[in-house]
Amino acid sequence: MESCNCIEPQWPADELLMKYQYISDFFIAVAYFSIPLELIYFVKKSSVFPYRWVLVQFGAFIVLCGATHFINLWTFYMHTRTVAVVMTLAKVLTAVVSCATALMLVHIIPDLLSVKTRELFLKNKAAELDREMGLIRTQEETGRHVRMLTHEIRSTLDRHTILKTTLIELGRTLALEECALWMPTRTGLELQLAYTLRQQNPVGYTVPIQLPVINQVFRSNHAVKISPNCPVARIRPLAGKYMPGDVVAVRVPLLHLSNFQINDWPELSTKRYALMVLMLPSDSARQWHVHELELVEVVADQVAVALSHAAILEESMRARDLLMDQNVALDLARREAETAIRARNDFLAVMNHEMRTPMHAIVALSSLLLETELTPEQRLMVETILKSSNLLATLINDVLDLSRLEDGSLQLELGTFNLHAVFKEVFNLIKPIASVKKLLVTLNIAPDLPEYAVGDEKRLMQTLLNVVGNAVKFSKEGSISITAFLAKSESLRDSRAPDFFLVPSDNHFYLHVQVKDSGLGVNPQDIPKLFTKFAQTQSLGTRNSGGSGLGLAICKRFVNLMGGHIWIESEGLGKGCTAIFIVKLGMTGHSIKSNLPLVSKMSANHVHANFTGLKVLVMEDNGVSRMVTKGLLMHLGCDVTTVSSSDECLRVVSQDHKVVFMDVCMPGISCYEVAVRIHEKFTRRHERPLIVALTSTTDKITKDNCMRAGMDGVVLKPVSLDKMRCVLSDLLEHGVLLEAI
Amino acid sequence: MRPVSEKGAKEKATMDAVAQLQRQLVDYTASLFHEGYLDDQFNQLRQLQDESNPDFVVEVVTLYFEDSERLLNELTKALQQQSIDFKKVDAQVHQFKGSSSSIGAQRVQKVCIAFRNCCEEQNIEGCNIFLQQVKHEYTLVKSKLETLFKLDQQILAARVDPGSHVIRFLQA
Repeated sequence: MESCNCIEPQWPADELLMKYQYISDFFIAVAYFSIPLELIYFVKKSSVFPYRWVLVQFGAFIVLCGATHFINLWTFYMHTRTVAVVMTLAKVLTAVVSCATALMLVHIIPDLLSVKTRELFLKNKAAELDREMGLIRTQEETGRHVRMLTHEIRSTLDRHTILKTTLIELGRTLALEECALWMPTRTGLELQLAYTLRQQNPVGYTVPIQLPVINQVFRSNHAVKISPNCPVARIRPLAGKYMPGDVVAVRVPLLHLSNFQINDWPELSTKRYALMVLMLPSDSARQWHVHELELVEVVADQVAVALSHAAILEESMRARDLLMDQNVALDLARREAETAIRARNDFLAVMNHEMRTPMHAIVALSSLLLETELTPEQRLMVETILKSSNLLATLINDVLDLSRLEDGSLQLELGTFNLHAVFKEVFNLIKPIASVKKLLVTLNIAPDLPEYAVGDEKRLMQTLLNVVGNAVKFSKEGSISITAFLAKSESLRDSRAPDFFLVPSDNHFYLHVQVKDSGLGVNPQDIPKLFTKFAQTQSLGTRNSGGSGLGLAICKRFVNLMGGHIWIESEGLGKGCTAIFIVKLGMTGHSIKSNLPLVSKMSANHVHANFTGLKVLVMEDNGVSRMVTKGLLMHLGCDVTTVSSSDECLRVVSQDHKVVFMDVCMPGISCYEVAVRIHEKFTRRHERPLIVALTSTTDKITKDNCMRAGMDGVVLKPVSLDKMRCVLSDLLEHGVLLEAI
Repeated sequence: MRPVSEKGAKEKATMDAVAQLQRQLVDYTASLFHEGYLDDQFNQLRQLQDESNPDFVVEVVTLYFEDSERLLNELTKALQQQSIDFKKVDAQVHQFKGSSSSIGAQRVQKVCIAFRNCCEEQNIEGCNIFLQQVKHEYTLVKSKLETLFKLDQQILAARVDPGSHVIRFLQA
């Protein structure tokens, strides 16, 4: 055998099988070579591929495997030893790489697997988040619905609109099948179906309020699930086939006006509630979710508030209407009253005048008649006429006074007067009449009673006269004593006036007058009637004495106006009677008191008053006016010098002149300048004469000019005697004219 | 009052005549006041008349007449000038107004006030009209006052004791 380097295949070449093997190897090689190409291509395409090294390894492994199979192609036939060596090399390399790859894959495959798991996990999470998002969105929607609902509910103050809107919106938001509102009836014992969502006009179903399920709902302020079979929920026939939807009921508090205290929250204990029933659609698997229940509770509260607002509004509107009606009625009544008062006043005014005029005529003419020659019978007749008409005149005056007193239009005319003199005058008036009846009258004035007081002199005298006159009238014999003193708290003894207190004060004092007579007396039971007008005690003694019964009533009112009290005490018929009154009078200040004597002195002797010998200078250019002013001042006793020009005035004026009267409208040097010059001439005040301007205009400019020029007063021409007297006395007393005109 | 003797009767006759004159005087004076010729200032003047000054009223009124006549003459002359000095005219009217108001000649005083307004406005026609009016009023009041004094004199003559009577009268 020749030795060749050829290696013989192990088995003989079977042609067909060989061919197939050959082809398969070829394709395997091709595939093996193309796989890395594909890998590279796709990896290049993708951006992330962390396992490049693995790829390289795997690529090498594949390539080598391919190479192996490729080289195998040559081993089907006779092949040289090189081929065998290459083949062996390739195989060895392939084995190495494969083992390396196999080892590598042990590490890598778990990683790859975990990536997959993570991916799955993330996908699940995403799905869950999606679900939750969906839920949140739904909740938000619901929230929006609530806000909108609330807005709808609160935007109207009409009760029906509120409730209807609530039901509609709730139905829409929660996709309810039915929604119903049960309101308590007027009696409070039943619930009546008031509103429903689907049915337009619900027939008046009523349900007694004391059902346990209803109580359960009312007790809690949450939405409570109730059975669909209870009476409040069985409103409509069952729509679905299998089961009715879940029903929830919630209470709606109906707040009343009276529930709101000023500073408290409304009490929820004594409450009326309405019931809101909500039904989910039947045959759905829907359940009431918590957020839906919360929504329902919120809505119920809002509805409660809105309803209470509506109720309050209704109430206030009603109250306002009522008030308006009352106002109108009151206004009408007031106008009628005013008209009545005005009519009465007009009537009184007219009657006053109409009645008094003829009365005065009668009285005056009767008295004139008495002064003429009359026969005794005629005289008697005329005297009777006079007496009767005097009485009538007094009555008219009294009635008119009383009506004015009654409606409070009478006001006291306050003034300073001599209190002692009032008593003396009354005493003097009453003494002759009393002496005719042979009654002894005594007057006692306490020494501590002030001499002067501030009050209504006329009315005080009227009261005193009335009381003393009554004493004289109702006494046939005996004595009458009048006492006047300063009232102290202890001297108040009348039990019939327990609420009359003497209020001490610095400016006032209380005058206590007591008139005691020993005459007919009064029955103690009749005493209260004495002061009522027109009431006469019907005893024999009084009927003859006349009197309209008004006198004491008027006295009482005068005394009351003066802040005092009047009462009568008597021990009985025939035992005499004491009339007591206390009035409040003002005290005069010292200055007024000291002025008063001056005034009275001055008014007493006007010619020879303090002005005797008073040296006066008159500056006036009009001859007639000068003469008149001179005559005026001379009449008052002054020593008058007259000048007709300002120069002459300045020449003549001297320290002896106490007053200078100057006419303002003089030509030549103005009187203001004269005044200034006089001031310059006599620098010391006690030397300077007082300067008074006589002017015919009273405007402010003139007054200001006079004051600025240093004049002591301004007097308006023409000057009357009284005015001049006052001016002079003011000047001499105060050194300046207090009142200019 | 019953006359018992002849002397008494004569007295009574005198008294009656005097009384009648007195009544006349009272009425006349009242009418002067009523028609606005005199105002309260005249009463004031009457009050100033007393024992020390028995003819006060007559004296004042006489002085007034003299003064007024002089003033009116001057006014007439002033208003007849070519160029009228309104200030002077105004001053004179003011004087007249002053004296009239001093004795209580109310109507004269009122016309003077209106006259002064015309002077301020320098209204020549108005001034002339008012001058005539003031003269007219003055003449009226002068004659009235003169009648008053004549009545007074008559009473004086009719009575035995003039003094107290006039005084009492004018003080009424």
